[in-house]
Parts: sequence; structure tokens; C-alpha cells
Amino acid sequence: MTAASPIKEHYDLAVVGAGPAGLAAATLAARLGLDTVLFDEQTAPGGQIYRSVTETPAGEPTLLGADYWHGAGLVGPFMESGAQYVPGATIWSISREREIGVSVGGCSRLLTARHIVLATGALERPFPIPGWTLPGVMTCGAAQILLKSSGLVASGKIVLAGTGPLLWLLAAQYLRAGVTIEALLDTTPAGNWAAALPYLPGFLVSSYAAKGLRLVREVKHRVKIVRGVTALAAKGGDRVEEVVYRRGEAGEVRLPVETLLLHQGVAPNVNLANSIGCTHRWDEAQLCFTPVVDEWGMSTVPGIAIAGDGAGIAGAMAAEHRGRLAALDAAHRLGKIDARRRDRDAAPHAAALARAERGRRFLDLLYRPAEAFRVPAGETLVCRCEEVTARQVLEAVALGCQGPNQLKSFLRCGMGPCQGRLCGLTVTELIARARGVPPSEIGYYRLRPPVKPITLAELAALPQTEAAAKAVLRG
Amino acid sequence: MFQRLKRSEARTVSLSVDGRPVTAFSGDSVAAALLAAGILACRTTPVSGAPRAPYCMMGVCFECLVTIDGVGSRQACLARVRDGMRIETQQGRREAGR
Repeated sequence: MTAASPIKEHYDLAVVGAGPAGLAAATLAARLGLDTVLFDEQTAPGGQIYRSVTETPAGEPTLLGADYWHGAGLVGPFMESGAQYVPGATIWSISREREIGVSVGGCSRLLTARHIVLATGALERPFPIPGWTLPGVMTCGAAQILLKSSGLVASGKIVLAGTGPLLWLLAAQYLRAGVTIEALLDTTPAGNWAAALPYLPGFLVSSYAAKGLRLVREVKHRVKIVRGVTALAAKGGDRVEEVVYRRGEAGEVRLPVETLLLHQGVAPNVNLANSIGCTHRWDEAQLCFTPVVDEWGMSTVPGIAIAGDGAGIAGAMAAEHRGRLAALDAAHRLGKIDARRRDRDAAPHAAALARAERGRRFLDLLYRPAEAFRVPAGETLVCRCEEVTARQVLEAVALGCQGPNQLKSFLRCGMGPCQGRLCGLTVTELIARARGVPPSEIGYYRLRPPVKPITLAELAALPQTEAAAKAVLRG
Repeated sequence: MFQRLKRSEARTVSLSVDGRPVTAFSGDSVAAALLAAGILACRTTPVSGAPRAPYCMMGVCFECLVTIDGVGSRQACLARVRDGMRIETQQGRREAGR
């Protein structure tokens, strides 16, 4: 690992993201002799799942749990691997020719790579309820990041709401840290159990089963669990003051709250892959767009592979195995190993991947978020950046707006700084319902570089060729 | 509000937030430091002027935009605190030259 080395103009392999997939891919690729660089937006390795694993102040081993500390076993070998590590690096552009635009410390540069592995991971699914933009409302993932990176926990009256494993994991971690949780509002639709049941045998033999049951048991005796929540809203003036919920036909219940933590699963972070032009398809089980990749993670664009949750949600253990498979394939394509060696070395990782993927289908179906929490109505904000409501989106559809890209011209929806990350899936499903066609037909925003905002000054300071300057300058 | 779990040997860092002194710990992101100091809303929106606070803490929501050492619209969750850092909350629309 060579943190302080200058960024070169060319590499064999560039890896984007230092979560489990990126760390595992870069480590193995460097060991196989590829000149490898790993860019990561965060200031320390680990991604979100192993966030701050080398430096967390929440160091009491049982607080974050053994699954978290597993990440340290990925960081150590990576640091020894010979791959170059560039933290604090925002990738704002990747072309089909694999030219990469990266910003580090407010300064941008361009470089090229023969092969790229995108390991950009997942982000939390939008949770568009009334009041979700109020200060004091944040995601469970955000609360967990504050715990991992700064040893910070919410204080005062805290309510967790939503569905999915992270909701229970955060509740358990908060309880271990001595935090009192007023209530956990479970929005898992009752009908999900029936849909998931046929996949129960696969789940029971997975590593998730025992852990999941233990978590639920740890939480349910110490926190008021409200199951079957069908409507949810955050209310307040300059900050959230109460959470209002309903269960079916029963009346509204109001709880005073200072911090409301929301979560309803995760979806692939597809912005970079989408902007490069990789083909994506709608995944009806996971309710998100997923890039089309082969068994090695190769996308539909030559030289661009995708590993980890960015290629479809499968969890942290699967991510590291997918990272290794992508690295082996990269080494083969770049002439370091032949196909026989690649296939032989891949066998244990492919087997481990299959084991890690067990039980996923059950989890997808059990924690499938209710339509009411995915497809908002009325004055609920869809696009947080441009403050576009569900009603406005539906009005645009009534005027003939066909899809997300036209919606940009109608309402600037998705055109704020987050570039659709917090509204894209909502917009697709909202338009699909309104038009009565499947989300696959509606599609997603067409994303273009810069995929993260950079200043004009930073762009202007990029080195330019004489020909490029002549093309725009007169006389 | 947020509070810290017990922490012994961390080094402290001095910041200013809208001119007021704030103490953080080295290793904190700017967003974490603001939350730990009881500063929840870090900006108001350009569209309606509504207050916003950090939401995702991982660099994707852009709710935690603040001005850091004179540079506007920095993602507070991605920047680490440094001694002497000047942080300003952002009010509404950004102005050219600021």
C-alpha cells in the first residue's frame, strides 16, 4: 500500500470503492501482478459496512459485533498487497474508453485504466413519507455510520421505523450502547411471510438465520415493537417533533420523538455504471435497477466489471467473493493468468459465493417494502433536492410526461446535487403506477458525467491538449 | 440530538461554526462534529428555504452541504475536521463569488 504516492496517468486496473468487494478485488489483483489503484470517496477503508474499522472509537468488540470486525481482515491484506490506495477521492466521470475523472482534495485529474472494477456498493432505498426531510429524521444507515465513525448515538426520544435486517441490527447495537429506544415501528407487510415461506428452507441453512433470530430476540424484549404499521409520517416545524403512524384501519397513534431513524432496505448505487452506459434491468424481486453482469461481474461495456452490492444486493460476504472473481477475470483478460488458472483459482470463491447467497431470496421477499412506502401520494416530497411532490409528478404524467428523463424538463425532478440517488426508484415506480405499465418499461434516469458535482474552476484547471484548446478559442 | 459514547484518548480539534467555537474529535467528519455539537440543521434549501440536516452520512443525499474554509456546498459528511477549520451553515440559494 502506498498512500502518499502521486496518482499516475495509467494503471492496469482501477477499482472504485473500498468496501468488501473493492478491497478484495484490489488485493487479489495486485497480488496477481496487476498495477492496481483503488479510489475511495471516504477517508478510511471499509466502505459503509466496515466503516472506520481501522480506527473506530466504538471499539468495544461486542458493541458492533463480529460481522463488523471481519472487515479488519480485508483491510490488513489490502494494505500489504501493493495496490495503491487513494482515499478521499471522488470519481466524477468514467468514459467507455476507461478515462477516469477523479477529484482529490479539491483538485481534479484524468487518468486511464485497461480495466475497471466498480465496487460502489449500495445505498438505502428512498423512504418517501410526509416529513422525511425534517431535521431529526435520518436513515438507520446514517445512525450506524455515526456510531462506527465517531462513537455517536442519538439521545432523547428515538423511534426506528421501517423494515429489513439493518433496522434490527441498529436497534441491537443501540441497546448494547445503552441507548433507550421508544419504539420500533415495523412496516413489513403481513402478506410477505406467505410469499417468503417457500424459501424458508434455504434461509434456515444460511448464515443469516441464527444471526437474525438472535437479533430479533435481543431487541424484542427491550423495545416496544409495533408490527403491521401501514402509514407513517414525521411532523414538526424546524425539526421533527412527533411520528404519526397507523396500523390498518385502527386510528392514528402519535409518539413524541427527537430522532426518527428510517430504513427499508438497500439498492445498488448505479450512478457510475449507468453514466458509463452499462445496461441495467429492473429486478422485480429487489425492486430496483441492477446492472446486467456475467458470472465474473463483467458489464455490457468492455473493460468495465461490477462487483459487490453495486451489481445486485447480496450482502457483504458475497461482495468480497464477487470482488475476487472480478479480480481473477481482470488478471486473465490483461494477460497475467490463463483461463485454466483463472477457473481453477475461482472455484473456491464461486463456491463461497454460492454459500453466501443462500437465504437471500427469503430475505428479499420477507422484507419487500410495502407499495405505500415506495409510491408516495399528495404533498409528500419525491425529489428532496428540487422539492418536487408526488402530486406534481402525477400532474406531469397526466400532461403526457412518459418517463423519468422527460420529468426533468417538466419539474427539474432528479436534477439537484444528489442526481436522482434519493428519488430515482420512487420516480420510476410512481410513473409506472400512474401509466399502468411495469417499471421495466419506464426505465431510470439517464445519468451523465459529472456524476458528482465538481466546481467549474476544478474542471477548467484540468490539463488540456493544444487541439482541445484550439477547438474552442478564436484567433 | 446526539451524544458520544465514552472515549478516552481521542485528540480534540477546534473549529468555528458560524463564528462560534466548537470542539470536535480528530477522526470526526464535519457532519458528525456538527451533530455532536447540537447543530442539527446545516442549511436551508434554495427552493423553499426549509431547514435540512444530514440524512445519509455516506455522501449520496447532499443534505449536509456547508461552507468549509470559504468553499461553498461541501459535503460535510465526507470532509474530516481539521484544527482551525471555519464552517458556515448555508442559507438558501448560493451566490456567485461566495
